[in-house]
Amino acid sequence: MPRLSRSVPPVLCAILIVYAGSAHALGPPTPASALEIVIKWAPLLLGGFAFNILISLLAMALGTLAGFGLGLLLISEQVLARRAAWSVMQFFRNAPWLVLLFFAMFLIPFRITVMGVTIPLPDWVKAVIGFALPVMANVAEILRGAVASIPSTQWEAAESLALSRRQTVWLVILPQCFKRMLPSWMNLYALITMATVQASIVGVSEMLTITAQVHAAEGGRTDLFAPLYGFALLCFFLYCYPIDYMTARLERRFNVR
Amino acid sequence: MSGDSVVAPKLAAPIVQLIDVRKTFGAVPVLNGISFDVAKGEVVCIIGPSGSGKSTLIRCINALLPVTSGTIRVADIEVGDPRLDKLALRRKVGMVFQQYNLFPHRTALQNVMMAPLHVLKQDRIEVEARARALLAKVQLAGKEDTYPGELSGGQQQRVAIARSLAMRPEVMLFDEVTAALDPETVKEVLVTIHELADEGMTCLLVTHEMGFAREVADHIYFTDKGVIVEHGPPQEFFTAARDERTRRFLSQVL
Ligand SMILES: Nc1ncnc2c1ncn2[C@@H]1O[C@H](COP(=O)(O)OP(=O)(O)OP(=O)(O)O)[C@@H](O)[C@H]1O
Ligand SMILES: [Mg+2]
Repeated sequence: MPRLSRSVPPVLCAILIVYAGSAHALGPPTPASALEIVIKWAPLLLGGFAFNILISLLAMALGTLAGFGLGLLLISEQVLARRAAWSVMQFFRNAPWLVLLFFAMFLIPFRITVMGVTIPLPDWVKAVIGFALPVMANVAEILRGAVASIPSTQWEAAESLALSRRQTVWLVILPQCFKRMLPSWMNLYALITMATVQASIVGVSEMLTITAQVHAAEGGRTDLFAPLYGFALLCFFLYCYPIDYMTARLERRFNVR
Repeated sequence: MSGDSVVAPKLAAPIVQLIDVRKTFGAVPVLNGISFDVAKGEVVCIIGPSGSGKSTLIRCINALLPVTSGTIRVADIEVGDPRLDKLALRRKVGMVFQQYNLFPHRTALQNVMMAPLHVLKQDRIEVEARARALLAKVQLAGKEDTYPGELSGGQQQRVAIARSLAMRPEVMLFDEVTAALDPETVKEVLVTIHELADEGMTCLLVTHEMGFAREVADHIYFTDKGVIVEHGPPQEFFTAARDERTRRFLSQVL
């Protein structure tokens, strides 16, 4: 089975390249071939893609950190804290990511002043925050689920050894959760990476925005549509597929144990 | 107080004392007035049919479960006190479970070291030396760096015993600790408990191993439907049971 799935990406690449080529062949006579144009703009396009990755990594880091805190509140003994955290979690988990992105864009000021120091908040930083919100809610839920999946006998054993609640959580429960959380967390990362193209809608110069600009700069030729956007597709695929593959492998490995 | 008839007379001041302990889960009564004393160094076995409330009773003693009414005292700590310092109580009471409940992400040695290190805040080097000595004591020298998942049931259960002993408890509670083991490995765990008993550790054990109970116990309590039906020293209990329920139970398990 692993062998088969490992051979899938090269096959898809080949299909994409052939498709791009054929789209070009079918089009009207053109001054430059589609491949040449993609190669010419590749540095710029890849720069855009790097920006997508940067946004996804930062959003994931920020969201994971916040989600971890929110998740801890979700398993707190304080009823009020637990309820509040639950509401926040539900709210951000059930809101469309694009809507959250819009909110982040329009509600966060373009600069903030902290103790006399003015920090500019460019659009891409707001996008990071916008994407970090759903990451936070999902990480909190993943954490809560992992904690719930630890048998109650582990809590009892820790309690009977006179460990405090805090010690039980940090020494016994959470260390067993991380492994269980990893596949879902990686899956979430792949989803966030793909979602970063939505930042083009709010004007962040990520790959999709740049692809559209390149397309326009080349005169908006219809025969260039497939090669240019195909290139973007390929970049995301080549980045996300290995993550997905690793996730599936980890899941299988943990299930065997 | 009710239940006076079942309080065994003791010379020394009891280290564990139960007076008319009652426990209900919702509307379901599980313990219906249990009273007994355990003297320091005494080994007490609790036997009885499944569902008679033995696990519930033992869990009440280290406050894993709150009692509904009645008094439990362990080494002068009032377990039913609403301001009970549960951690102080549990430092004095060790507990071993049927399913071992070791921490799977920690090695045998780390399992034994965790509580003295983090609860008692003892020096790491001393804690480690003692943990190694305890593992050697339960015949597990050489398994220090092994994870629970790679140990047999009997070995895991002995690590669990060492883990409890690392807190230097005054009382040890055992809840059917051999029930999940293969017949061949039951013996190695029983030997460990027997040694403990011989060293003077106060032990309360719930067990289905009648031969072992007879051999190790100073006193046996037979419970059914949340009450103590009959009790006495092993010879008397196993040979001259008076109550019909006890005799029926013994005829099934012996
Ligand atoms: N948390 C709980 N909530 C509701 N009922 C419970 C709970 N724990 C135990 N009971 C009930 O209390 C009764 C006694 O259970 P307990 O586990 O103490 O019996 P036991 O004597 O240890 O039995 P066994 O020999 O099978 O271990 C059972 O009828 C059980 O269903
Ligand atoms: Mg039981």
